[in-house]
Amino acid sequence: MSTNHSIQIRHLLHTFLPSVIAIIGFFVLCGVTLIIRGQNPWEFYQLILISGFSSIDDIGSILFNSTPLIFTGLAVAIGYKAGLFNIGCEGQLYVAGFAATWIGIHLDLPSFLIIPLCLTAAIFFGGIWGAIPGILKARYGAHEVINTIMMNFIAFAIMSYLVTSVYQDPGQMEPQTAEIHDSAKLPKLAGLIPILPQSNYLNASFLISCVVVFMSYILLKYTRWGYELRLVGNSSDVAAYGGINPGTVTIWVMTLSGAIAGLAGVADVLGYHYRFVHSFSPGWGFTGIAVALMGRNHPFGVFAAAILFGFLSKIALDVELLLDIPHGLFIAGQGLLILGLVCMEGYTKIKNQ
Amino acid sequence: MILQFIPSTLRMTTPLGFAALGGIYSERSGIINIALEGMMLIGAYGYVIGAQISGSEWIGLLFGISLGIILALIHAVATITFHAEHIVSGLAINIFALGVTEYLIPTTERVPGLPELKLPLLGVYSILVFLLPLIMILSHLFLYKTPWGLRLRAAGESTEALKTLSLNRASWQYFAVIISGVLASLGGCFLSSNVHIFTKGITAGRGYVALAAVIFGNWRPLNGVAACLLFGFAATLGLENRWGIPDQLLKSIPHILTMVVLAGLVGTSKPPIALGKINT
Repeated sequence: MSTNHSIQIRHLLHTFLPSVIAIIGFFVLCGVTLIIRGQNPWEFYQLILISGFSSIDDIGSILFNSTPLIFTGLAVAIGYKAGLFNIGCEGQLYVAGFAATWIGIHLDLPSFLIIPLCLTAAIFFGGIWGAIPGILKARYGAHEVINTIMMNFIAFAIMSYLVTSVYQDPGQMEPQTAEIHDSAKLPKLAGLIPILPQSNYLNASFLISCVVVFMSYILLKYTRWGYELRLVGNSSDVAAYGGINPGTVTIWVMTLSGAIAGLAGVADVLGYHYRFVHSFSPGWGFTGIAVALMGRNHPFGVFAAAILFGFLSKIALDVELLLDIPHGLFIAGQGLLILGLVCMEGYTKIKNQ
Repeated sequence: MILQFIPSTLRMTTPLGFAALGGIYSERSGIINIALEGMMLIGAYGYVIGAQISGSEWIGLLFGISLGIILALIHAVATITFHAEHIVSGLAINIFALGVTEYLIPTTERVPGLPELKLPLLGVYSILVFLLPLIMILSHLFLYKTPWGLRLRAAGESTEALKTLSLNRASWQYFAVIISGVLASLGGCFLSSNVHIFTKGITAGRGYVALAAVIFGNWRPLNGVAACLLFGFAATLGLENRWGIPDQLLKSIPHILTMVVLAGLVGTSKPPIALGKINT
């Protein structure tokens, strides 16, 4: 029993070792570039510790930052498990966010009705936006990577048209819609957790993301669908031999992935801006790829990785304000981090063959 | 009427065309290149930095291309030597390039642009506009009429083909990816030299559109540039829109067309067989 346990732990260590190496590499690299710029790296490391962990407020902000990333990270991870690359999270979350906003503006219903309605609309439209590349792949063999990228552009074009013309709030200079009804706003958690200051933005979308993480775990690990999904991801030939239709799996996985990505749009629209703001996402869809990679495509791993990236985006802001270190450092570092991870992954895969 | 659209169409097509040609080299050798976007961006940035420091547009061009080569080398090392997933590596490079252009030296000055030549009736254009058709034809000749082109394409068609000739697949892929870095960053240089300044998001997703043109043009230089011409024309329609159609929707014509072509509903599109296949 105990040997079984230690094997499990060793397996876990082995799986997440590249992620740990990548994070350490990231912070070392940040320090090195600061020395090159003639700045004191110790100030930077100190600030990271202070800005991340000094109060409940900070932790709330980190969780708030990580909420959309939990959704997009999960969306990418579930696709990846089935051998599919969903690079279209960005488009899916915009389409879904707009659908939720539309309901939130046009229907005046009590919270217990309107919030589920908004969520359903978001899941539906996000799902459709993911399903289209899925269908094109299953039916015509068109590569989902190119199609999801193209769908991003199309979603962005439609959104920017809608929000700069038809639905623009006339009272505002910036392209954004009117505010949603109060009943459609997701409650802040500050009301539930007394130690969290009222100003903290952490809201119920975080709880939704926790539920979705847990449901994804159950789906992947304990259901027939999860089994089919993983089988298709390993080899669609084997899956087909086993009586599974890889095309069907491709379609529903892309739909599910799009639906989950759509919830990232909800997190912003119903939980933060309370309206659809033009290009509100700072690239959550793309960061989701890094999150999935870092979390080794495991729901709990994704959850942890999203929190790490939420933490990074918080300190990026603090570091820029207090130490005058441009935001780009973190973006560039993120790129290298993904690169390092994917190289380690590719190298070990080849070595094990 | 049509004459009015030509200048803008040519200016829209040129950066796409360079990047698409770059993409064709890389993908023909079997390496998926989503990093075109990042290579264009770093080219645009490098041009302005180089020109700002030296005061010379030629140094700018050289610097832009050098940065493009560096990014291409990173992509090559990751995908060829470390067997990394091509798409993830490409995206990582795009994110890296985005960060670097914001982080390193800020660019605020106006810099000199590349020399321009006059076309009768059609206006004045950067020399890169004239270079594009030349490189397109040379690329076609290289890929289809020389033994080296045949080897490069063989690298993309099979993981074993070159081995039987005791040639190294990896070195041909390295060569192809570096060429794609040169060409994509050249497209980026065109963008920033044309407006004399580097702005955040200057490429605006053109690298991805160029990749779409590669597919649309069936991984062939002449067809690829023709696809860019079509996309450039669509973008011009979006700019000079007087029909009351929302220009955002006109601008997504290339994206919709790509999806239609990719699905095989119009024409056929057949990728190199070993595209994305990892060396063993």
